Amino acid sequence: MSTYLTKRMLYMLIILFAASLLIFCLYALTPGDFITGNIKLTAERKAELREIYGLNKPVLERYGTWMNNAFHGDFGYSLAQQKPVLQLFGDYIWNSFLLAAVSTFLTWLIAVIIGVISAYKQYSWFDTLVMIAIFAAMSLPSFFIGLFLIKILAVDLKWLPPGGMMTTGSNATGFAYFKEVVHHMTLPVIVMTLLGLGSLTRYFRSNMIDVLKQDYIRTARAKGLKERKVLFTHALRNALLPAITLVGFELPALFGGSIIIEQIFNWPGIGQLYMKSFGLRDYPLLMGFTMFLAILTVIGTLLSDILYRVADPRVRL
Amino acid sequence: MAADSRVSEITAPRVNLRKSSLFRQSLRRLLHNKLAVAGFAVVLFMFVLCFIGPFFSPYTDNKINMAMMNKAPNLQHWLGTDALGRDILTRVMQAGRISLTVGLASMVLSVFLGALLGAVAGYYGGLLDQIIMRIADLLMTIPSLPLLFIFGALLSEWKIKADYRMYIVMLMLSMVNWPGLARMVRGQMLSLREREFMQAAVVLGLRDRRKLFGHLLPNIVPLLIVMATLNIGGAILSESVLSFFGLGVMPPTPTWGNMIDAANNILDFQERPWLWIPPGLSIFATVIAINIFGDGLRDVLDPKQKR
Repeated sequence: MSTYLTKRMLYMLIILFAASLLIFCLYALTPGDFITGNIKLTAERKAELREIYGLNKPVLERYGTWMNNAFHGDFGYSLAQQKPVLQLFGDYIWNSFLLAAVSTFLTWLIAVIIGVISAYKQYSWFDTLVMIAIFAAMSLPSFFIGLFLIKILAVDLKWLPPGGMMTTGSNATGFAYFKEVVHHMTLPVIVMTLLGLGSLTRYFRSNMIDVLKQDYIRTARAKGLKERKVLFTHALRNALLPAITLVGFELPALFGGSIIIEQIFNWPGIGQLYMKSFGLRDYPLLMGFTMFLAILTVIGTLLSDILYRVADPRVRL
Repeated sequence: MAADSRVSEITAPRVNLRKSSLFRQSLRRLLHNKLAVAGFAVVLFMFVLCFIGPFFSPYTDNKINMAMMNKAPNLQHWLGTDALGRDILTRVMQAGRISLTVGLASMVLSVFLGALLGAVAGYYGGLLDQIIMRIADLLMTIPSLPLLFIFGALLSEWKIKADYRMYIVMLMLSMVNWPGLARMVRGQMLSLREREFMQAAVVLGLRDRRKLFGHLLPNIVPLLIVMATLNIGGAILSESVLSFFGLGVMPPTPTWGNMIDAANNILDFQERPWLWIPPGLSIFATVIAINIFGDGLRDVLDPKQKR
C-alpha cells in the first residue's frame, strides 16, 4: 500500500508538472495579451508594462519564473484586478462552494431515494418514468435549461430573482442577508441538482438492482425479516458503499465552481471570475485557475482510488 | 462448370444466413425495446428535418426582410422571424445540419483516434503504450471546458475564417474525447490479447497488422458502436456550449448553440423567446433521443457493460 502510494504520488507530480507546462504554453501561444487589448495606452507605455510584467521574455524563461513562484505558493498577480491570484480565489471560491455543496447534497439525497425505489420496483411504470427522466436529465444542455428556467420562474412568474447573489444595492445583514442569499441561490441550485441527478440516480438504481439479487438478501428474507428492514439495513448499505469512490470525483466540481451555471446566473463564484478574466486575457488568473482544477482532478482521482480500497478490501492497489 | 455453379447456388444462401444471424438476432432484440425504437425514430426525424426540410422552405435564401423583423410565430413563419427578418424554422433546420454534422464528424474522429491509439497501446505495450497513455492521462487531467475555451480563443485570435471554424471545432472536440475511449479500448485489448484465439493467431504466424485489425478490433466493434452513439450526444452538447459562448462555430454559419446566443440580449431574452427556445429544444430532443437509442444498443450489443 505505501509503495503504491509513493509511486502514485510521484506519478501525480510528474503529470501535474507536464500539465503545467501544457497549460502555460497554451496560454502563452494565444496571441494578444492583457496589455495589447488596452487601447488607452501609448506604445512606449505598453513596452514599459511588458518589461514590468516580464512579458517580453522568452516563453520558457517565463514558465521557469511562474513555476518557481508557484512552488513557493505564489501564483502571481491578476493583471486586471491588481490582487494576488490566490487571494482572489479565496474571495470567490466560497461562493462557488456554497452552490456546489448544497446542490451536491440535494443531488445525492434525491438520487438515493429515487434510485432505491426505482430498483425495488424494477420494470414498473414508475421505473420506466424514472428511466426516461434520467435520460432527460443527462441530455439537458446546461446553459439552455438555466436560461429557460430564468425565463419562466424569474421573468414571467417573478417567483425568484433571475441572478446574482444579492439584490443590487442591498446591504442586508444577519438573518436578512441569509434569507436573500437563499432566495437568490434557489434557481441555480435547482438547475445544478437537475443536471447532476441523471447519472447519479442511474448509478444508485443499478447498484441497488445488483445488490437485491445477492444471496444475503434472499437469506434475510428467508429469516422472515420485515421487508423494510431488508431494504434499508441489508440492501441499501451495500448499495451505498461503492458510491464513496465517487466522492473523489466530486472534488473538482465542489471547489472548482461551474463556469456555465455561474455565468448564466451571474453568481459571483470562481467560474464566473474565470469567464470574466477570459475576455480580458488576464493570464496569471486563467493559468492559476486551470492549474487549480488540474490539481483538484488529480487529488480527486487518487482519493477515489484509495476510498475504493477502503470500501472493498478485496481490491488490491 | 455447371456443377460448380450449382454447388455455389446451394451453399451461398446458407453462408449468408449464418453470417447475418447474429446481426438479425441483435436487430430483433433492439426492435423489441420500444423506447430505443422511439429514440431512433426521433433521431431519424431530426436528420430528415434538417437535411431535407430546408428544400421545402420558401425562406432558404436568408434574405434580409425589414418588413418582417422580429415577428412572433404566425402562419407564414411558424416559429417567427429574427432581427433581420429571417425565418426561424428555416434557420433552425439549417443550424441543425451544422450541429448534427459537427457531432457526427467529431464522433467519427474521436472513435477512430481512440480505437487506433488504444488498440496499439494495448497490443504492443511497452514504450509505445507508455507514451500514448501518458498523453491521454495528461489530456484527462486538464478539465475539458477550460481546455476547449483556450482552443476556441486561439481560433478567434488567429482570425480563422468563419467557414473553416466548423472543421476546427470538430477537431477540438475529438482532441478532448479520444483519451477516454483509448483507455477503454486498451483495457479490452489487454484481456483479449490473452485469449485462446489470439494464441491460435500467433501459431498461424499472422502478421501484427492482421492480428490487430482482423482479429482483435472486430471483437470490440459492438462496444465501439455503443460508445460512438453515446458520444454523438456529448459532442452535440459540447459544440452548443462552445458556440453559445462565442468560442465555437460563429455566425453567419448558424448552429443550435449560437442561435441561443440571442438570449444574451436582455430584450430578446425576455420578449422574444421564439428566437432561442426552438434551437434549445432541438438540442434537447436530439440528444435525449440519441442517448435512449444508444442505451438500447448497449443492452443488445454489450450486455455485460453497465453504468
